[in-house]
Amino acid sequence: MNNIISYAHIKNNSVSVNGTPVFSSEKNATLSEFLSEAYKSMEISYPKFHKMDLQCKLGFLCTEFALQNTAFISENDLTKTAIIISNSASSLQTDKLHQHSIDDKTNYFPSPAIFVYTLPNISIGELAIRHKITGENAFFICEKFDAHLMVNYTELVLNDNASSSICGWVEVDDTAYEAFIFLVETKNNTNKNTIFKPLNQLVVTQIYNQT
Amino acid sequence: MDALIEKLKGQIIEQLNLAEVKPEEINPDSPLFGDGLGLDSIDALELIVLLEKHYGIKIEDPKDGKTIFQSLRTMAEYIKANGKS
Repeated sequence: MNNIISYAHIKNNSVSVNGTPVFSSEKNATLSEFLSEAYKSMEISYPKFHKMDLQCKLGFLCTEFALQNTAFISENDLTKTAIIISNSASSLQTDKLHQHSIDDKTNYFPSPAIFVYTLPNISIGELAIRHKITGENAFFICEKFDAHLMVNYTELVLNDNASSSICGWVEVDDTAYEAFIFLVETKNNTNKNTIFKPLNQLVVTQIYNQT
Repeated sequence: MDALIEKLKGQIIEQLNLAEVKPEEINPDSPLFGDGLGLDSIDALELIVLLEKHYGIKIEDPKDGKTIFQSLRTMAEYIKANGKS
């Protein structure tokens, strides 16, 4: 039996965990400002966070919020933990930043630190590094969040070698952003702080639309 | 030399996004990589770009980086000996 044990949603400068608002910022704060404030609110020290591009920061924070108050990292075999993320814009915003740095041939200083983020699945890598997760991973590009695809693929990896998975949607483009992360386990979790919802398309659609 | 070291501290913090590091916390003689500031290989590339962008220094042989980027002081000494500004 595959169960969702926690989920987090970040959009419109606010964060909710399992449907409950837990953090918000000024509506007119930029995404960068909002993410910095949200990071500080978590009281974690992970200097690499500041080096990430916006998409990675968003995915990182949404995952941290979803993991908070769960034993997902400590109780699962992280060699069998999958990470399955999707979005629509790929890494377009960082691609544009990189392009901007090489537009002017007389002022040609491409930044290696920006260039390394010109792939969407780097956000998966950041999560894997943070928590030493070495299981299966996949990044899908879809027009919008596709609960059917996400549930189907997650079930596929859970039926194979994986025993848990971090799944969701991490999108940053010029006009909007959104992150939705849910944690799935195959075993029964005894942690009283976690929710317990069966993994299926209806439930995933419901919790995605909840906030 | 001290003024150049202070300037480099600010440039490194900005260029490498070391948001949790204050200039006064950087010891000019501590290693930049490993135990010191804990920089990584991408940071090394950023330092090479920083030298070229701000001081007109192009490091032709990446092996030289090991000596140049040993500490903030070795970096400043290299800039003083080779820089254009």
